Amino acid sequence: MNTEIISVILILLITLALAIPLGKYIARVYAGENTFMDVVFNPIEKLFYKVSRIDSAQQMNWKQHLVALLTINIVWFFLGMLVLMNQGWLPLNPDGNPSMSPDLAFNTTISFITNTNLQHYSGESALSYFGQLTLMFYQFVSAGAGMAVAAVLFSALRERTSDKLGNFYEYFLKSCTRILLPISFIVAVILVFSGTPMTFDGKDAITSLQGDTVQVSRGPAAAMIAIKQVGTNGGGYFGVNSAHPLENPDFITNAVETITIPLISIALVFALGYYLKRKKLAWMIFAVMTVGFLVCLIPTIYLEMNGNPAISRMGIDQAAGSMEGKEVRFGSAASALWAILTTCTSNGSINSMHDSLTPLSGMFTMLGMQINAFYGGKGVGLLNFYIFIIIAVFISGLMVGRTPEFLGKKIEVREMKIAMLVFLLHPFLILAGTAMSSYLIYVHPDYAWLNNPGYHGFSEMLYEYTSASANNGSGFEGLGDNTPWWNISCGIIMLLARFIPIIGPIAIAGILAEKKYIPESAGTLKADTATFGVMVLAVIAILVALSFFTALALGPIAEYFSIA
Amino acid sequence: MKNQNFPAILLSLCCLVFFCGIYTAAVWAVAQVAPNQGKGKIIFYGGNSQQYGFANIGQAFTVDKYFWSRPSAVNYNAAGSGGSNKGAGNPEYLLQVQARIDTFLLHNPAVKRDQIPTELVTASGSGLDPHLSPGAAHIQVERIAKIRGIPKERLNTLLHKYTHRPWFGVFGIETVNVLELNIALDQMK
Repeated sequence: MNTEIISVILILLITLALAIPLGKYIARVYAGENTFMDVVFNPIEKLFYKVSRIDSAQQMNWKQHLVALLTINIVWFFLGMLVLMNQGWLPLNPDGNPSMSPDLAFNTTISFITNTNLQHYSGESALSYFGQLTLMFYQFVSAGAGMAVAAVLFSALRERTSDKLGNFYEYFLKSCTRILLPISFIVAVILVFSGTPMTFDGKDAITSLQGDTVQVSRGPAAAMIAIKQVGTNGGGYFGVNSAHPLENPDFITNAVETITIPLISIALVFALGYYLKRKKLAWMIFAVMTVGFLVCLIPTIYLEMNGNPAISRMGIDQAAGSMEGKEVRFGSAASALWAILTTCTSNGSINSMHDSLTPLSGMFTMLGMQINAFYGGKGVGLLNFYIFIIIAVFISGLMVGRTPEFLGKKIEVREMKIAMLVFLLHPFLILAGTAMSSYLIYVHPDYAWLNNPGYHGFSEMLYEYTSASANNGSGFEGLGDNTPWWNISCGIIMLLARFIPIIGPIAIAGILAEKKYIPESAGTLKADTATFGVMVLAVIAILVALSFFTALALGPIAEYFSIA
Repeated sequence: MKNQNFPAILLSLCCLVFFCGIYTAAVWAVAQVAPNQGKGKIIFYGGNSQQYGFANIGQAFTVDKYFWSRPSAVNYNAAGSGGSNKGAGNPEYLLQVQARIDTFLLHNPAVKRDQIPTELVTASGSGLDPHLSPGAAHIQVERIAKIRGIPKERLNTLLHKYTHRPWFGVFGIETVNVLELNIALDQMK
């Protein structure tokens, strides 16, 4: 068998083998049990609580959790705007890069606090090292905040009736220190020894062997690259993200970076199983996610390895696959794997240019973000999946004529209303945004923000809003998106798409947690069975197909038929 | 409900110091024992210590006496980075690819069209791709042998020597670092 395919299979197996023990560890962290990290982090966390006047033993209900989450995010927003709009004169700016314009700073700040990391700029020329390090701070804390809300969900799903769901600051800080930090540090060390820069020196001017004079951008990159992968952030140090040979020097670093994309998201699923002592439920969720993921992955690998049909017709050797926008050291299969993982998990880092993917591969990357629950982002992937479970429970309940229940709690009108609103928000933001931009560019062709004509141009806009609304951050980067329209519209969409899908599921879980616990009986719909898994998958397929099929038909599907 | 503002601000400042300061410093400290102190791996062209390039950053090779590197959307200037971002069916882009094929055939008359590997006529994602597949270097051997007056067998041996292979033969992909190869080429007697 081809070594590229073997490598892809090995990478996926290693990921699973690491995710299961990590899930067990995460469950222990959130349950407040002792772990081997206590020695290092207990004193540090105690100090932080003391300085911040936080009583980490104080139990919060779901509303208090959300207030704490939103308050700290507002603080982050102002801090980000302040730094990005003043970085030009702040320290650590050896290349003399300028401060950001207000609209770009608005977009960038929101992009990083929402764990999106959509980048309407190139790191080499638009950020000082101080700006980069500040963004790295958001990569830790936004991922930590997402994981903290997943911990609230865990706490709410327990078999009991209570409004006490743990302490937000404790979940948040432990996620950052005990989970994100150690993994990031290991990855950063691997990168540094593979040739990724970690220096405060500025650009280096060199003369090439052939005699051209060029410059090479550097910086404290390794630290940031590690957390952008581990925290499903995706905002790279260099403009082209992990396609850059300093950001991702070889096949091994690529494997390490690929593994860290879904690692914690998968581990959280197993953590749920250990935490609730419902391992079968965790395996059901994992299986549904994996089936969905493979449905996107397998055709994408096939299509990319097969090459661009329009170039095949020119009669050259396409054995390497579709290589436009790809790096030789990764090859087509590993690039396709990354493209699907990064979009399914809301990561948004890239190791090849998605704009140059063959049309249907581009569609599968968009589908991954439109579903946004096959592994999904840090914590929020599980919340999105929870919404699909609630809808599936409700529909199954109607089909068999029983009151819908999930884990011993009755699901009633109020919860269903919230679930439907949360689900509908995502297609609404994506389609409304794309429709408005399509209209604008039709009326004002002089805006000229499209890099490609025809169906593919439409796909560029559809992808951008899909990415913003999925809090993903990758792009069809040909789109000229550093304009006030794109900066502001994407900024608003990222904000809504981050917080409403957190508030909704936490509200549902919080309301359910306060309800009376009904022990399982013969009439209970069992959530941890294959039958129910199929049901969830069917609900996802139907809802997402109904929402997005027409838009995909106008973009990637039409493009596919035009060049096939 | 108790006021959350102060805890939010103070905890953010603690995290800022810890994750931007201490974590960064720790990684930086480790980098001091890494290749070239974390300033990027460099590779010298010859004896002169002033003449070097970065091992991982590709360079433009457009003259016939060197192995050509891949097309680049940023002309291999690593001050920035970027791909073409052209869609698979973009007519303007396809004309560009066609032109690259024609140019290659013109400079390599011995090569047949169906032997040209696709990566030689398509731009990489970063615009700084330092590699070629061994096949893409191999079809340039005839041209270089002729210009430099070196027997083809010796060039093939050189190419074989500089081919990086997958780990344990299964994990990875075969590549050739074009800069490394061209430096070795210059040093051949």
